[in-house]
Amino acid sequence: MDFTYNETQGMIRDTLARFLADTYDFDTRQKMIATDAGRDPGIWNALANELGLLGAAFDEEHGGLGGGALENALLMEEFGKVIAIEPYLQTVVIGGGALKAVGGAQAAAHIPGIISGETIIAFAYAEPQGRYDLANIRTTAKADGSGYILNGHKGVVYCAPWATHLLVTARTGGSTRERNGVELFLIDANLPGITRRDYPTVDGNRASEVYFENVAIPGDALLAGGMDLIDRVVDEATVAVCAEATGVMAKLHEGTLDYSKQRQQFGQPIARFQVLQHRMVDMFMEVEQAKSMTTYATLHLDKPAHERMAAVSQCKAKVSRGAKFVGQNAIQTHGGIGITQELAIGHYFKRATLIEGQFGSADYHYDRFERLVIDEAA
Amino acid sequence: MDMEFTVEDLAFRDEVRAFIAENYPQELRGKQDEGDELGKEDFLAWHRILHKKGWVAPAWPVEYGGTGWSPTQRYIWSEETARADCIRLMPFGLSMVGPVIYTFGTPEQKAKFLPRILSGEDWWCQGYSEPGSGSDLASLRTKAVRDGDHYVVNGQKTWTTMAQHADWGFFLVRTDSDAKQQEGISFLLVDMKTPGITVRPIITLGGEHEVNEVWLEDVRVPVENRVYEENKGWTCAKFLLAHERTGIAGVAASKRGIERIKDIARSEQDGDRPLLANPFFKRKVAELQTDLTALEFTELRSLAGEAAGRGPGPESSLLKIKGSEIQQRITELALEAVGHYGAPYFRGFGEGDNEHPIGPDYAHRTAPSYFNMRKTTIYGGSNEIQHNIIAKMVLGL
Repeated sequence: MDFTYNETQGMIRDTLARFLADTYDFDTRQKMIATDAGRDPGIWNALANELGLLGAAFDEEHGGLGGGALENALLMEEFGKVIAIEPYLQTVVIGGGALKAVGGAQAAAHIPGIISGETIIAFAYAEPQGRYDLANIRTTAKADGSGYILNGHKGVVYCAPWATHLLVTARTGGSTRERNGVELFLIDANLPGITRRDYPTVDGNRASEVYFENVAIPGDALLAGGMDLIDRVVDEATVAVCAEATGVMAKLHEGTLDYSKQRQQFGQPIARFQVLQHRMVDMFMEVEQAKSMTTYATLHLDKPAHERMAAVSQCKAKVSRGAKFVGQNAIQTHGGIGITQELAIGHYFKRATLIEGQFGSADYHYDRFERLVIDEAA
Repeated sequence: MDMEFTVEDLAFRDEVRAFIAENYPQELRGKQDEGDELGKEDFLAWHRILHKKGWVAPAWPVEYGGTGWSPTQRYIWSEETARADCIRLMPFGLSMVGPVIYTFGTPEQKAKFLPRILSGEDWWCQGYSEPGSGSDLASLRTKAVRDGDHYVVNGQKTWTTMAQHADWGFFLVRTDSDAKQQEGISFLLVDMKTPGITVRPIITLGGEHEVNEVWLEDVRVPVENRVYEENKGWTCAKFLLAHERTGIAGVAASKRGIERIKDIARSEQDGDRPLLANPFFKRKVAELQTDLTALEFTELRSLAGEAAGRGPGPESSLLKIKGSEIQQRITELALEAVGHYGAPYFRGFGEGDNEHPIGPDYAHRTAPSYFNMRKTTIYGGSNEIQHNIIAKMVLGL
């Protein structure tokens, strides 16, 4: 048993950490967010071409470094530490993950563009009525000659304003909520009939409502695999978000420790008060458990679906609860200054808050775990 | 022991209900329904209507303009205003400095300030916290030095809510640096237009401008604007904090908040059922509502004690702790209820987007208000401090 990263993985992490330390301090991040585009494309370009990191999780045959889920996790953790607004999760973990899973000509056609930084993918899966149920889909993809016609509305599509491609879940048959008939399509983001309403999100990212009106897409846009493929891709994304959360939570905890040592009240640093010490110990334990669960789930991603899903749900449920605990207590320990825009801590709290619900809340994942594991034993 | 309303109470309730239905400003109601941000004039609109009716300060003694209502009637009033989703009036004049002035002020101060608080002519703000003095408020350093008939005030205050609109502020200042901390503080009423005062906005996590920094540089305050004796301001401050805490339980508003969550969860679909039928979600609403009942009944017991002549004491810390926790859990659950649509940031929707908002209307403010309400366990004496007060004053530890 070995839970350490190998030398290459360590190098990858250090490379990203150094780069982010130089380019992604809090003030710079806030300036990027405030621009019209909401990001600095130069960062993504540097990650691709100067550092070569966008290939870390891809096979060598596609021009990657031969890594996978572990590389995604360690990079996401580093992104979390600076609350990065880069489209790594959507483009590499989700888009790249789907392409790796289907392989063949589709993978060969798109992965090099991801690695070079030219391709940015947004994942259009959620629908207004659907909550976290991935099969609760009304968007239709109707067969039309050799291709399909897309119609529907996808909500809160992160990174869509920046995307060259959209990865869309749509229904080729079956009724809303039926697993059969749901398929995954990778399409050009600028096809006629696609409209967007772009907006910032409360955690500093950009997202869109995306509308499809009789959008003609080619037959080879279909990434075959149906709901099983979608489940797998979303499980990988969920673990990646948990890895990001470990970075966010670690910084919330670290920031709180630092502040409590500096802040003087009643003639001493507030870190001396036992009630705060115990709270910070509880936060520490949540951070450690989030790391453990993320590693646990990462190592289950290649297991059979049932085992994988059970592990991912346990991980996300635990991390969602932990992120809330750590975030809320970081703010409480900071006092008033914690709820201002001025300090980074509040922005970490906002990201932690949205991570709680991303790809399913604690309730959703406890429910999924119960159905997979507990009900079976009952 | 009896918890039923009397026939008189019920008649009073009907009167209040009818008054609100007939008099609550339609324009304000519209803004609230749309989720628009409310400005000074919005608050004053309702304030003036209540003032005209003589109902703006139910808690004040009759001689100063109170209503003379019994605690039960006051309870009914807060119930009914919350049930009708009336905005809460700004507390700084009515609930905070007003009671300090009628309790500790001179006849001149009472005559000058109380009518203008009641009428809404003066908008008040509170100059308490400083960058270095939060929980440890008594360590405050803003200094007032006597110069003839004036104090010359220098220092910095922070977290000053709505100071951007304020005509007057009540400030805790140090008038004796050599005395024991609590014994060198005075309570001053400061005209916010006095030269030397600078108000700077602090933007909070949801993007709101509620609080400010207030800088004071050689601000000259007439000695006649000191309330109570020099160096006895801490007495006023403690009195005021106890007052602030009773309102802070926010029971009526939380009741309304829970109903709003139910409305949201009835609209939100969770597969083939409304979210409110989801057993996990439903249980959380049930727990919240039960905790609120416990808080409400605790507050009623406390009110009954007050009616029997026992003023709000350290047990009001319990109301603050539990009340603020419930307020936070309500926003937490609302955010959870809206799923993906908690993410869009409504302040960023852009020009002309108002007609077709992103996602359901009820979702827009869920995340900002969740972030914003983290303040409730921090302000008015943080919940850690409230625990200390109970430990010391109630449990004698």
